[in-house]
Amino acid sequence: MNMLIPLIARDLANGWRSAGLWLPVAFLLLVASLYPFALGPDAGLLARTGGGMLWIAALLASLLPIDRLIAPDRDAGVIDQLSLRGVSEETQVIAKLIAHWIGFGPPLLLALLPAAALLKLPAPTIWTLEAGLLIGTPALAALSILVASLTAGLRSSGALAGLLALPLAVPLLIFGAGTLGDGSGAAMKFLGATSLLLVAITPVAGGAALRAGRE
Amino acid sequence: MSERPAPVPSGARLRLADLACLRGGRLLFHHVNLSLAAGEAAMLTGPNGIGKSSLMRVVAGLLPAFAGTVEREGALALTDERLALDMERPMADALAFWAMIDGASPAALAVALDRMALTNLAPVPVRMLSTGQRKRAMLARVIASGAPIWLLDEPANGLDTASIALLGEAIAAHRASGGLVLAASHQPLPMDGAIGIDLRDHAVEPA
Repeated sequence: MNMLIPLIARDLANGWRSAGLWLPVAFLLLVASLYPFALGPDAGLLARTGGGMLWIAALLASLLPIDRLIAPDRDAGVIDQLSLRGVSEETQVIAKLIAHWIGFGPPLLLALLPAAALLKLPAPTIWTLEAGLLIGTPALAALSILVASLTAGLRSSGALAGLLALPLAVPLLIFGAGTLGDGSGAAMKFLGATSLLLVAITPVAGGAALRAGRE
Repeated sequence: MSERPAPVPSGARLRLADLACLRGGRLLFHHVNLSLAAGEAAMLTGPNGIGKSSLMRVVAGLLPAFAGTVEREGALALTDERLALDMERPMADALAFWAMIDGASPAALAVALDRMALTNLAPVPVRMLSTGQRKRAMLARVIASGAPIWLLDEPANGLDTASIALLGEAIAAHRASGGLVLAASHQPLPMDGAIGIDLRDHAVEPA
């Protein structure tokens, strides 16, 4: 457990230095500013469809950094060096998951506010979106880490990672975007369940993938 | 052979029994036996591709042994061809991360840097270092770790004559303080009284 903090700090510092942390935020804002140009200036239409579009943008934004999550550390031997010091692969994946979420979740939640303003979303929709993404971003981070662990040793893993992650992200998207038009709160609960499941699976599956992918 | 002082009894031990390694459906070597106690060293030789690095990784526990067992008493430190240091950080900071994971003191790291004649290069970012300087940084990590068992995979690659002498001194000091060394190299290393293992003697003839 006391190994987690230095590992998380190192990942965050590396993410900050490589400026990779801004990529998902920039992507979300870019999509939100392009969307009205494509759809036209109909405020009603934008408000109705903007929430779902922001969910898609958040999902795609989470796929952007997959290349730099696991593969560089694996190729540099960092994962092996940690393993032979008795830090299990599962612990390493948990550290990467937490660091990735810290670097990706809160900035995305902040970027959502200007993005929602660009689409002129009504206030209740904005808060539902924020709540939904607060629950959903850990799952998106987990999915990215999981797929990055699975594809770390492969060539052109970036393209493959997208193909692997998108089908797994469908339940998140259904329940996440479902929260926007749902008064009963059921979609939010399903979103929470999906999120918990993905976050719980990732350390086990990702750790096993790192071990199996060792050469 | 020069007379070496008796090593400090540290309880460090490494024993390989009837070890075999299977990679990509091919049996690389088999029947490798080795027993190292505190102060002892072994030198692994053999042509490229015979499985020296694989043997190192099996001993380190990173790859499963196909047959046989590895028993060890004491922590491990490994250097191989991969740097495992953050390229953008100053070398001393990148090494300090590992010293923290190893629970080594900053003083131990400073001594290790001095041993490898790296003190002047401490503020230089890792990506600016030359091949030999990177190798010495990896060796400094091994020295600073305080682990009694050193696994050195091609430790002299890219090192100049002076640096190889530093490596020899570090290995001698490590053995004198009760450590043990398993090194794989295709070039001679300054290691007195090392047990030689030629992996060609353990190679499996292709059918």
